[in-house]
Amino acid sequence: MNGDPTLERIAQGNGLALCATGSWTARFAPVLEQMVAEAERLTGSRPDIFIDVSQVSKLDTFGAWLIERLRRSLAHGGVEASIAGLSANYSSLVDEVRRVKATAVVDTTSMTITGVLDQIGRNVAGFGTTLIGLIDMLGAVLAAVGRVVIHPSGFRLTSTVHHLEQVCWRAVPIVLLITFLIGCIISQQGIFHFRKFGADIFVVDMLGVLVLREIGVLLVAIMVAGRSGSAYTAELGSMKMREEIDALRTMGFDPIEVLVLPRMLALIIALPILAFLGAMAALVGGGLVANFYGGVDPEAFMLRLRDAISIDHFIVGIVKAPVMAAVIGIVACVEGLAVEGSAESLGQHTTSSVVQGIFFVIVMDGVFAIFFASIGM
Amino acid sequence: MAPEIPDAIIRVRDISVRFGATKVLDGLNLDVKRGEILGFVGPSGAGKSVLTRTIIGLVPKVSGSIEVFGIDLDAANAAARRGVERRWGILFQQGALFSSLTVRQNIQFPVREYLNVSQRLLDEITVAKLGMVGLLPEVAGRFPSELSGGMIKRVALARALALDPELVFLDEPTSGLDPIGAGDFDELVRTLQRTLGLTVFMVTHDLDSLYTACDRIAVLGNGKIIAAGSMADMQASEHPWLRAYFHGKRARAVMG
Repeated sequence: MNGDPTLERIAQGNGLALCATGSWTARFAPVLEQMVAEAERLTGSRPDIFIDVSQVSKLDTFGAWLIERLRRSLAHGGVEASIAGLSANYSSLVDEVRRVKATAVVDTTSMTITGVLDQIGRNVAGFGTTLIGLIDMLGAVLAAVGRVVIHPSGFRLTSTVHHLEQVCWRAVPIVLLITFLIGCIISQQGIFHFRKFGADIFVVDMLGVLVLREIGVLLVAIMVAGRSGSAYTAELGSMKMREEIDALRTMGFDPIEVLVLPRMLALIIALPILAFLGAMAALVGGGLVANFYGGVDPEAFMLRLRDAISIDHFIVGIVKAPVMAAVIGIVACVEGLAVEGSAESLGQHTTSSVVQGIFFVIVMDGVFAIFFASIGM
Repeated sequence: MAPEIPDAIIRVRDISVRFGATKVLDGLNLDVKRGEILGFVGPSGAGKSVLTRTIIGLVPKVSGSIEVFGIDLDAANAAARRGVERRWGILFQQGALFSSLTVRQNIQFPVREYLNVSQRLLDEITVAKLGMVGLLPEVAGRFPSELSGGMIKRVALARALALDPELVFLDEPTSGLDPIGAGDFDELVRTLQRTLGLTVFMVTHDLDSLYTACDRIAVLGNGKIIAAGSMADMQASEHPWLRAYFHGKRARAVMG
């Protein structure tokens, strides 16, 4: 019953019979396609051709279509081939296939040089659109803040606290661990190189200034962009995909007020706290390494630290944190709300949320450095 | 207890499935005849989808055996299982189309994986399958998010039929469709069953589907098959749930 399919050419006087046998099914599709192509080529222009399918034991859409393809190609060459011996079981299938219009399915995704250049051009032009999107979101968030200030009952405290737990409380262990390790590394490297000049103790100056002004907040902001920015984008993106955001809107709620504002606020509260904890952990890590590796005892370390740094250093660092949090939050929410229907789109926007978040954090840090240098802090 | 059917394409024996402490299926037996359209009904939450997902191997069972095409799925090795999976098609309740692929790529995906055929044949078969489920070739380039609910079901059916399976599972194919669309879909299933010689296992709540499309109806309740038989058998049954279901207000409207 499942015999291999064949297609024989039998000359009959002036005409030609094409005898199909065996199982014309999807399983044998590659073989069948070759046989049909060969038959099309070798049949030539005989005036009288019929396709005998009485020996076909099994037929499915693939087989029926290939027979139909053979018939059409013969018809194209000016020969009207008739199909003989079709069993009643399969006649409706053959009729169905005969109705198929020979429309070419055009593949739109082609990989060419112009296509690549086209994509690069669109991406560059898209950067402007991204900036406008961010400013637009900033405006929408500020408007929502205004509304909440006028009607404090619209503020969603529960949601804010929930997000605060997610982005702040649960982030504490990993932030402490990483900043502690970075503090250790900075201290070790400082001692290693300063020792050549006999200036071991200056490692405390370097550690204090670097951690409090720059590394602490920058490192924590990058971690938060990767950890919470991506989570925000994925959450909002999947809500967008399932039309949950449309549902909110039709119920008369503003998605910015309900979804974006609590998340932004949680992030703006969380990042200074995390930056502070991170800076402390880095100082502890650096102090421990200075003690055990550099032989700077804790009293000397603390004394030197008090001389080396002032409250200004700490303020310069911590002032940046809420601004960076706002940038991360806005980027994440814009990307989340830009997700379209597919899983691929969700992935792309989550990636770009993290990449853009980190990029803008570093740009902001540079802008702050110029600003503080100008005002002499 | 379902009667023994000699040429059963699905043979389910004494299946039990639990989720935690809840017994969803409890010693269930069911046979599906080759070439029939079996309508599978039961109250919401009775485990209709669970049974379907157990047969296709997505839900683990506690005990019992399942034979599909005469092959015991527990005893089968990976190659034999793959052979069985190639011979059935499944239409999930929400369509489960791959959202990042176009309609054309969705339909071609199983074919490309299992058969080594030319792109030309793939494209021609795609157009043929789209035609069979009543869609124009123009939708081939669209993404699932650009389709209406009815079109998603049709494309999902075309994908389920892509490899010309012998057995098709339909999980609530007409839910979420308008009555005319649902009627067309029933007609479509009937036509395809005739043209392709399919066996159809259809979970449904749609009384119209049961009347117009199904050869036989099986009813699930308390983790077992309460009754199986023709529409006439169902209407003659004295079981309280069956009476409520087949003699309720909606049923009378359907029967006219």
